[in-house]
Amino acid sequence: MVVSKEEIMHIAKLADLNIQENEIDEYAKNLQDILNFVDVLNNVNTDGVEETMGVISNSNVFRKDEIKEFANRDVLLANAPEQEDGMFKIPKVI
Amino acid sequence: MSREDYEIVIGLEVHSELSTKTKIFCSCPTEFGGEPNTHCCPVCMAMPGTLPVLNEKVVEYAIKAGLATNCEIASISKNDRKNYFYPDLPKAYQISQYDMPLCEHGYIEIEVNGEKKKIGLTRIHIEEDAGKLNHDDYGRGSLVDLNRAGVPLIEIVSEPDLRSSEEVDLYLKKLKSILEYIEVSDCKMQEGSLRADVNVSVRKKGQKEFGTRTEMKNMNSFRSIVRAIDYEAERQIEVLEDGGKIDQETLRWDDVSGKTFPMRDKEDAQDYRYFPDPDLVAIKISEEMKENIRKSLPEMPESRKERYINEYKLPEYDSNILISSKYFSDLFEGATKICNNPKSVSNWIMTDITKELNEKELEPSDIPFTAEELGKLVVLIDKGTISSSIAKKVLDEMFKEPRDPQKIIEEKGWVQISDEGAIKEIVLKIIEANPQSVADFKAGKDKAVGFLVGQAMKETKGKANPQMLNKMFIEELKK
Ligand SMILES: [Zn+2]
Repeated sequence: MVVSKEEIMHIAKLADLNIQENEIDEYAKNLQDILNFVDVLNNVNTDGVEETMGVISNSNVFRKDEIKEFANRDVLLANAPEQEDGMFKIPKVI
Repeated sequence: MSREDYEIVIGLEVHSELSTKTKIFCSCPTEFGGEPNTHCCPVCMAMPGTLPVLNEKVVEYAIKAGLATNCEIASISKNDRKNYFYPDLPKAYQISQYDMPLCEHGYIEIEVNGEKKKIGLTRIHIEEDAGKLNHDDYGRGSLVDLNRAGVPLIEIVSEPDLRSSEEVDLYLKKLKSILEYIEVSDCKMQEGSLRADVNVSVRKKGQKEFGTRTEMKNMNSFRSIVRAIDYEAERQIEVLEDGGKIDQETLRWDDVSGKTFPMRDKEDAQDYRYFPDPDLVAIKISEEMKENIRKSLPEMPESRKERYINEYKLPEYDSNILISSKYFSDLFEGATKICNNPKSVSNWIMTDITKELNEKELEPSDIPFTAEELGKLVVLIDKGTISSSIAKKVLDEMFKEPRDPQKIIEEKGWVQISDEGAIKEIVLKIIEANPQSVADFKAGKDKAVGFLVGQAMKETKGKANPQMLNKMFIEELKK
């Protein structure tokens, strides 16, 4: 599988990254390396190996439905570049 | 070709907020309202390094919804990340479920023109709600409130089995009622706790393939949904009849103009790049867990209806209205237990209570008084303590400031006059004042009695016992 220029631009857009024209080749090469590695993994013989859903084999880690209030809005908003009326202020969204 | 040559095909994705006490992945309260960003913590605000832990009630409620809608429950399920950027989504991904939802292959039965029809459910999965964007006073920026971020939702996806806006309305009402009965969501439309994405397409009758569909997102009023579907289907048919083609796009319904408009869809919006959330582990549902949840399901509306017809001897019409909402149904059963007069309770719910709700644009869940209080009101009428016209005034009072109806009539001095001496005194006074009616009666006009009773009721501000008045007027006039 070869990563095309269009795919790089598409992925960059989805990831909200500004990629310059002259950077595309570099990104394509890096991504290609990753895909090649995944290809190696894809070709490992996994006959008889049980399927997993992630790196952790645990299941059913749940929380009880009990309220614990954090109750410190100032701390939560402390790093916001701008705030107003207890809310994060951001550029206008239509 | 004309409109009759086309068939409308509709599928719905309904989002319903679950009525758990806490959010899906953190211990913040889900309570509606509250000062902005006060129901938040580092987890639901997506602070780096925080980890989600799944609320066990969310899994239980979703399975409950699945069992109540005839779904198969997965034995193994997981959470996935749905990636997109929007300022109301602090993590830049929503934790949802992609290929292994908790429930699949269900159905809901509706009754269309007296015939039962099954509407297939593709799946029910769990996910988190987003926050809310407010606008600042000067229109210079947006303000983000994350109180709703992380509130648990179930998304109920239907098959494209619906064929008219009427069927959609029936389906939504049925679904809302099921969710209320099993107590997993309070379905308050005005708080956005039930909302739907509506997919509409049209095709020529007899055609196998579906037409191209358009989608209207985030609609939270049944009435708007019905209007939007009718408009959109009509629009699509017109486009096709003019030789045009339908673009697959997201539309916005405008309630004021009654039209749909294309939304400038975020490009590539459909490319969500789902992948399993590595912060969460698999959900395994044992047979035992499933059975325990199944046992906890309450009696469903269909079974209640049977009981109302057979045990309480109510007409089917009454029964259908009562079971249309869990709140009506519970109110009816609770009040009937107190007064043992099912038909009277049913009448109060279907007429005066419904009228009051409609006038105030309230839902059955907003009824402020208890079933016990309604039951006591009916007892007061049945015992002759108050007339039914006074009872209506008591009911008004119960809506304004709910309290024991006995207390209300004492406070207001509304106890019915049933004392024979007192009634007689009134009757004689009215006869004295209305010689013309007396003459009419003697001349054979029985209607005159009604007039006199009316006068007596007016005189006593509705407090006299009308049956006693009627009887005593006839006695006196015949003398
Ligand atoms: Zn939280």
